[in-house]
Amino acid sequence: MPAPRSGVPGVATPAAGPNEFPLVASPRAPSVRRRALAALALAAALPACRPAGPSFRSTDVTGAEFGRDFALLDPDGRTRRLADFRGKFVMMFFGYVQCPDVCPTALSRAVAVREKLGADGARLQVIFMTVDPERDTPTILRAYAAAFSPDFLGLYGDLPTTQATAKAFRVFYQKVPNGASYTVDHTATTYVYDDAGRLRLAVPHAMSADDLAADLRTLMGAGG
Amino acid sequence: MKFTRLVAVCAAFAVSPVFAQVNVQDAWARGTVAGQKATGAFMKLEAAKASRLVSASSPVAGVVEIHEMAMENNVMKMRAIPGLALPAGKTVELKPGGYHVMLMDLKQPLKAGESIALTLVFEAEDKSKSNVELKVPVRALAAPAKAEHGKH
Repeated sequence: MPAPRSGVPGVATPAAGPNEFPLVASPRAPSVRRRALAALALAAALPACRPAGPSFRSTDVTGAEFGRDFALLDPDGRTRRLADFRGKFVMMFFGYVQCPDVCPTALSRAVAVREKLGADGARLQVIFMTVDPERDTPTILRAYAAAFSPDFLGLYGDLPTTQATAKAFRVFYQKVPNGASYTVDHTATTYVYDDAGRLRLAVPHAMSADDLAADLRTLMGAGG
Repeated sequence: MKFTRLVAVCAAFAVSPVFAQVNVQDAWARGTVAGQKATGAFMKLEAAKASRLVSASSPVAGVVEIHEMAMENNVMKMRAIPGLALPAGKTVELKPGGYHVMLMDLKQPLKAGESIALTLVFEAEDKSKSNVELKVPVRALAAPAKAEHGKH
């Protein structure tokens, strides 16, 4: 049985209420039940306990087994993988161009973060993966990413690849019919990779550019 | 297109009980790139008397709706709402992370520095309707969500 992973914002985690733990099934041993619960709580807390490592304002997901790699197309039709960006810190966001609110807010935050990092901003690669490849053509995707910064990269895949990649990155998305058109509910988490290509941070949408820049400084200063 | 009455926001002399007077401030629309068919418009609304924003229209968009955005467990959800309540004398802000006027089926890209016509339709408690005609400036697609980083 897979162990429940740490709570990553926007990432579907199996609900694990106290009654679902098989260890606490005995109603005749409340103290055992309490101790078992305490032990479980401790076990759950341990992966987040890294006294030797840096501390972040985002959720530290170092060691996570999801979001390891992708194979997506850039607007020129070239296949891009996470490994192509070794040596850069990567911020990856998932969204769609017709999104009026969350996506431009996240990408303009990325612009602000890079400015705040000064010279280190050049060590950052921002990637926008569309979850709406049916409407976000390569031409639109290129123009959209470039509207934020010429070196922001929009990536896409066909529908099966988009689905598989979102699943592999624990990103939820769902088309929602809206009149003759549709909107797309989607996870608004930004992922941050270190320069060795390891997933390190899950950044909630609400985090400020200042806090995110501070996390990136910490990450860059920690030597990756 | 139906000719819309010009109900001036500043029509202090023309106060009529059938008009829901609504003051609109800091309106802006987010720019788009070629091929992008939807974007949002944001503003602050303050109604003198309790009323509701019930619809909107613009010559640049085939469809205009009032939308609410909500984050649930860091998943963005966006839905059309039938109207937005404006309590008397309270500023209701349409801003990223909350409400927006959704412009869909755009007929042209919205370029920063230009402005678009937008008609807002308000409904008073007595169900009377009134329009407010706006010229809404277009900000860059990459404009930050927070107004303090704007041009003011």
